[in-house]
Amino acid sequence: MERRIVITGIGAVAPGKPGAKEYWELISNGRTATRTISSFDPAPYRSRVAAECDFDPLAAGLGRQEVRRMDRATQFAVAAAREAVADSGLDLPADDPAAVGVSLGNAVGCTTSMEEEYTVLSNEGSDWLVDHRYAVPHLYDHFVPSSIAVELARLVGAQGPVALVSDGCTSGLDAIGHATDLIREGSADVVISGGTDAPISPITLACFDAIKATTPRNDDPEHASRPFDATRNGLVLGEGAAVLVLEELEHARRRGARIYAEVAGVGTRCNAYHMTGLRSDGAEMADAITHALAEARLAPESIDYVNAHGSSTKQNDRHETAAFKTALGRHAYDVPVSSVKSMIGHSLGAIGALELVACVLAMRDGLVPPTANLHEPDPVCDLDYVPLRAREAEVDNVLSVGSGFGGFQTAIVLARPERAAA
Amino acid sequence: MSDANTAVTELSVEDLTSIMRSSAGEDESVDLDGDILDSAFTDLGYDSLALLETVARISRDHGVELGDDVLDDVETPRDLLAVVNRAIAAA
Amino acid sequence: MSAGGTVQAVVTGVGVAAPNGMGTEAYWAATLAGRSGIAPTTRYDASGYPLRLAGEVRDFDPGEHIPSRLLPQTDHGTRLSLYAADEALRDSALDPGRLDPYGMGVATASSMGGFEFGQRELQNLWSKGGRFVSAYQSFAWFYAVNTGQVSIRHGLRGSSSTVVTDAAGGLDALGNARRQIRKGTTAMLAGSVDGALCPLGLAGQLSSGAMSTGSRADRAFLPFADGAGGQVPGEGGAFLVLEDAVSARRRGARSYGELAGYAATFDPAPVPSDQAGEGLVRAIRRALRDAGTAPEDVDVVFADAAGVPELDRAESRALGEVFGPGGVPVTAPKSMTGRLFAGGASLDLATALLALRDGAIPHTANVSRPGPGHPIDLVTGEPREADLRRALVVARGRGGFNAAAVVRRDT
Repeated sequence: MERRIVITGIGAVAPGKPGAKEYWELISNGRTATRTISSFDPAPYRSRVAAECDFDPLAAGLGRQEVRRMDRATQFAVAAAREAVADSGLDLPADDPAAVGVSLGNAVGCTTSMEEEYTVLSNEGSDWLVDHRYAVPHLYDHFVPSSIAVELARLVGAQGPVALVSDGCTSGLDAIGHATDLIREGSADVVISGGTDAPISPITLACFDAIKATTPRNDDPEHASRPFDATRNGLVLGEGAAVLVLEELEHARRRGARIYAEVAGVGTRCNAYHMTGLRSDGAEMADAITHALAEARLAPESIDYVNAHGSSTKQNDRHETAAFKTALGRHAYDVPVSSVKSMIGHSLGAIGALELVACVLAMRDGLVPPTANLHEPDPVCDLDYVPLRAREAEVDNVLSVGSGFGGFQTAIVLARPERAAA
Repeated sequence: MSDANTAVTELSVEDLTSIMRSSAGEDESVDLDGDILDSAFTDLGYDSLALLETVARISRDHGVELGDDVLDDVETPRDLLAVVNRAIAAA
Repeated sequence: MSAGGTVQAVVTGVGVAAPNGMGTEAYWAATLAGRSGIAPTTRYDASGYPLRLAGEVRDFDPGEHIPSRLLPQTDHGTRLSLYAADEALRDSALDPGRLDPYGMGVATASSMGGFEFGQRELQNLWSKGGRFVSAYQSFAWFYAVNTGQVSIRHGLRGSSSTVVTDAAGGLDALGNARRQIRKGTTAMLAGSVDGALCPLGLAGQLSSGAMSTGSRADRAFLPFADGAGGQVPGEGGAFLVLEDAVSARRRGARSYGELAGYAATFDPAPVPSDQAGEGLVRAIRRALRDAGTAPEDVDVVFADAAGVPELDRAESRALGEVFGPGGVPVTAPKSMTGRLFAGGASLDLATALLALRDGAIPHTANVSRPGPGHPIDLVTGEPREADLRRALVVARGRGGFNAAAVVRRDT
């Protein structure tokens, strides 16, 4: 019998206050956490807006040594994992630690720490031959982001497969996909999964400025992320982490766990087109969606909510609107579609996991989070994007998609495990 | 930052070709030294990213401010030279 | 003859970028001849650093192999990746255009990403300002860059991925590729070519405490030797074309062998040294079980070979526990390339396939015999001829990652 994979715990550190509950309160009320960057002076940059987490690592329960050792992205992941594991009711470390794995998504590593250490070693950029004698002892761990997965694995006592999945902006979704592979093939019964990124640093701002991917709407930061709106002009960088406890269905049932949803289908494609560009027809994303639906044995019409990538760039929002039409047909016009990036920005390797948490909570509460700041729909974005206010709806089956640099296109379908189709 | 070389001279097609080569390389099937003024950048093998890098380089090396919308109506080297040289003249 | 009618994944193409040879056959000839690529660092002035040796790829003119349009936007490691991926695909004689549009994908592993490119752009930012940061920085340094660039270059639109598990990644990427094939993708271009031979990369490597401070190229990296004193970093690795065995047979492709077993495990938090290696034992046993292979049927082991005494001891203890003391020939051809980070294990797997093909176990260079406390049959001095059917490849990554893979020659 095929092993099925369910979500039994969630945790989040999202822009605004940390915690899954706080995150859901923010987005289900259509409030935004985007603001002028406060963690350093953004004055030299073209885009000076971001969605920052008001995260105090000590208040989140991390020790001083952990804070010293861990990059901000690692700290987010650890806090979110603690919340998710507590929420799942699992007793970790488990009796069989070899059946516990970790699959965490992350796009840009420990960028903040890496850059900080670089400025010290290079004397503020003046020396190519950096002075290694000023290095912190854990410098290597800031350079190789597998260290983030290591911290998580140690936290939960995982001794099964552990991996950091780094597929750019689809990392958060792809990490969940990888976790389902591990459970389905029997390499693990429980996988601590999700995504984390803390990219708000000078080098990230500079490189997004250079390709004009981020918005220059600096005078109105709360309304800067405007997916599907005709006036959108770039993404708003975000940060954060979400962790989901994934578990084999019978394993979860045996211990009487609360089951949020089944990860029913996963589809991934590459556009093989351009490192940052997208084909306007969205063919690869459409195929990823079709594949995920087939794996879930669900018809397009059974999808009750689409959580869009909706990054607020000109090309993305057009691209995925086209993909939805191709993959869902007429139903694309009927199903509510929304982008939480309008409220929490785009946290690169974390966002896919944060969006899945939003999907899980939409299923739990029968409430579709809105697309904030959508006042003037782009004529080519002509679907129902749930503007401004959340909407009550019965949500049994959800589709969430992601798209990223490198050409990655991913679709995940969540469903109720007791659905008839399975 | 205003430490770019402020040699405010008009940009020639040869200057542009040389900047394109160093900032974006050249497609093996295209002769950049031929008559390219009215060829579309896409036909010359250059995508939007290549143009962004090229424009950034011009802006730095020639000390001109080129706005966000500089590439909006640019399809050919002639178009690009026109907007750049307008900006240089205005500087 | 795989369990439960599972799809078999065979290797139909190999491409290598290594410090001691560019291209599969050049690398293999150098390896059998015992020619090392470890030499004084030339990429930058290393005179001020405690480590002045590296396994640099030297016979590589990017302009000759990489399209001009890609040069300004690629890190050195990405260029080497493109080179090895090209070779692997050419070697397989597989035309992706003849497959289903989503029939082939890319699976890679990385450790530091396009790090030299990244250091240069950090320098541009901090010394000159944000306007001097390249438009290509947004992707040229990130960990997924090689997956993206390889997929674009060959038009591969199937499921693709990037894993970061430090030096275990070279096997994890191949494990991921095999998963995709089992799920219905016809073929995968998979592996890792990695390295961060720039001053900032070296600073990170030095901080790990695992680096050698030896100054003689032939004495600096001595895995399992009594005098083991750390690692020498290198750059390179391998790409493989992994293909559904049915597809390979149907098109009459030559197969180097099957990726018959794979497993990954994680070490418990730091354990007493007499228990170190237990995670590796579990990875090896799982991979053997996955391949349906008994320990006594393994003909050679390509070791992780850290060159750090306690890590070497953990590995030889693990091998002793699975195979018995001296129970199987063990070798470490990476003694001739240095540690290639995620690229190392992919290259080891490619090397294992070449060893199966030619019936020759390449030796561990510069080590005359294993040190006391290493109960292993280390192949030293010269290559050893043997009829080889199955090889085990072992890899570990910093923090506790273990991976093991079994390759089996077609019979």
